Amino acid sequence: MGYLGADYTIKSWLLTTDHKRIGLLYMISITVFFLLGGAAATLLRLELMTPRGDVFGSPDDYNRSFTIHGVFMVFFFLIPGVPAVLGNFLIPLMIGARDLAFPRLNLMSWYIYMIGGLFTLYALVAGGVDTGWTFYTPYSTMFSNTQVIAAALGIFIVGFSSILTALNFIVTIHTMRAPGMTWLRLPLFIWAHYATSLIIVLGTPVLAITIILVAVERLFKVGIFDPAYGGDPLLFQHLFWFYSHPAVYIMILPSFGVISEIVTAFARKKIFGYSFMAGALLAIAVLGFLVWGHHMFVSSQSMYAGMIFSVLSFLVAVPSGIKVFNWTATLYKGSVSFKTPMLYALGFIGLFTIGGLTGLVLSTMATDVHVHDTYFVVAHFHYIMVGGMVMAYLGGLHFWWPKITGRMYSEFWGALSALTVFIGFNLTFFPQFLLGYIGMPRRYYEYPEEYQVLNVMSSAGASVLAVGYMMPLIYLMISLKVGKIAGPNPWAASGLEWETSSPPPTHNFLDTKIVTSGPYDYELQEFADMQREVQEQGIV
Amino acid sequence: MSSPSATVHDNTYGQDDTYLYHHFEDLQQQHESSSLGMWAFLSTEVLFFGGVLGAFAVVQTLYGPAMKAASSHLDPILGAYNTAVLLVSSLAMALAVRASQLRQQRNTVLFLIATIVLGSVFLAVKAYEWNHDYHLGLVPGINFDLERYPGRQILFWSFYFTLTGIHALHMVIGIVIIAIMAVLVQRRWFSGGGATQIEMLGLYWHFVDIVWVFLYPILYLINR
Repeated sequence: MGYLGADYTIKSWLLTTDHKRIGLLYMISITVFFLLGGAAATLLRLELMTPRGDVFGSPDDYNRSFTIHGVFMVFFFLIPGVPAVLGNFLIPLMIGARDLAFPRLNLMSWYIYMIGGLFTLYALVAGGVDTGWTFYTPYSTMFSNTQVIAAALGIFIVGFSSILTALNFIVTIHTMRAPGMTWLRLPLFIWAHYATSLIIVLGTPVLAITIILVAVERLFKVGIFDPAYGGDPLLFQHLFWFYSHPAVYIMILPSFGVISEIVTAFARKKIFGYSFMAGALLAIAVLGFLVWGHHMFVSSQSMYAGMIFSVLSFLVAVPSGIKVFNWTATLYKGSVSFKTPMLYALGFIGLFTIGGLTGLVLSTMATDVHVHDTYFVVAHFHYIMVGGMVMAYLGGLHFWWPKITGRMYSEFWGALSALTVFIGFNLTFFPQFLLGYIGMPRRYYEYPEEYQVLNVMSSAGASVLAVGYMMPLIYLMISLKVGKIAGPNPWAASGLEWETSSPPPTHNFLDTKIVTSGPYDYELQEFADMQREVQEQGIV
Repeated sequence: MSSPSATVHDNTYGQDDTYLYHHFEDLQQQHESSSLGMWAFLSTEVLFFGGVLGAFAVVQTLYGPAMKAASSHLDPILGAYNTAVLLVSSLAMALAVRASQLRQQRNTVLFLIATIVLGSVFLAVKAYEWNHDYHLGLVPGINFDLERYPGRQILFWSFYFTLTGIHALHMVIGIVIIAIMAVLVQRRWFSGGGATQIEMLGLYWHFVDIVWVFLYPILYLINR
């Protein structure tokens, strides 16, 4: 049974250097952190059902809860999610390599991730953190007596894990490609991870040093960010967003890669504008580093700086628009089939578009002043981060599940979960746009009564969403035992990963792959034949 | 994946007895991967120091006179001496890399030890300076004397200790790894003489030295 059956001992998993097994280790760990972050979100939504504070004992507890939610979701789920699980599993397979360039470093990245996670868990057990995931100074330096250092240290450590993973990807993509796999024949999934890795390698160290400065300030009471000593709290925001705005693209670019693979495979068409799609990924990676100031329009930043950051932020919409239009153009006159991965992918395109367009509202200074720090912002970034990354992650998981496990899952339950997640998501977060627009600020645990109806809708939506997220956990597990045998290529998809058995052998390929054409040649007769064959066998 | 340049490297990364990991096609590819990986790592280090240097640049622009006044308590002669020590240690490291490529086991170990000694001299001088600063009451959070050094001067010292501290930490990590490497080379642990490993270590060491070359003028020489 391929790499899964190579050995069954616990040691063979915990000391593995096989990128596929490490991908699965990550899959399990990020799922645990996702559930922890989700549990915190459940408490938040319960609290917000009523205008008065009743679930939490005090506003402080509410603050701790949304900090847990933000820290776990952002640093331990959204950022590592697609790259560490799907990227780890698929990058060597897609480029015809036997492993990542540094297999032991890859295993070490997972251990570093876990150590960072344990530090952060400790911070929670030892009393929690109340600064929000952004750790703004001076909250995090002078006014918080919670476990800021432990949590920050956890994030610092987990940052190394992403740096090492990204470094591994960059080197692998440069040096390990199969003969004939030129840069313009790379699947877009690879391009997406390449662009993401560049951001991680160049952005994460800035967050690391920022965290060190916060820790130094707390430990030694020096005044780098403290105005009493001439320090500048805004300096923190600049350094923090220099990483954390690009971090949004760390979450979304790998998702773009996933969606590109799925859309072409289920539209049975070559991707529209391949080189523009690859170029757009790189353009977003570069532009992402130039827009951090749009988080600080109301933080006494100079008006002219604000205008420049605003214009640069608009520019990000151009490559993002290219992506959405090109996916749509790929669908046009394709023979589209609505399998589970495709349903998730279509959901992604819709939600990402809403998230992206509301981003323009926020990058326009005048409208940002109106909705700054309201639920409008919360809704916007959830549309990007959850509507984007989580939809793509689930879509990718369903698309490559047969490759990862060798089994098919129940298509009925798959489609149902995709629909439930889509409906639940919109029900949860669309009301928050309205709430923010009429003035409800974020991070408050009580609110005036006129906001209650929309808040109840949002909480109701969250419960639907939770059901949607639980379903795959169940039916994917069941598929491991009773799922139909998938065969090497159940979707009749293009790409080297589909040319090896499912699950792949430990060394990925039995022979050296030689690539003679670009990706996504779905118009070729051989793919039509392949699809007919799969359907006749009744696999999908 | 054989390329024309593969033969150029044959002496250095010879096919005879060097270990090739299972997932690489050939030694050329393996060496290129190591090299690119190290450069990518160094680019993260540039950004790591870049963040705090950027912050320091902001402070320096805002409070120039206070920064200059604070900087005058540093001894530029000691700083220059340490700069020279580090540059010579880089030379020793470069010679160690060369020796390992020529499979001169004895010379490799000797030059690595020379690098360790020079690095340690740097750290000793640095420790002396820190001790001196402590006696002058210049360490923020421990004994900073706000009355003797009024205004924004404390900011300079916050950055000074952060910058020289993380630089010294990089030095210590480097020295530990060099020591381990020297022992491994001595014991003929590396089938290929450790040429690739020592070359990567050399890149790291040179990087740490270059950081100091930037730190020295911006900390010691701003009022001169």
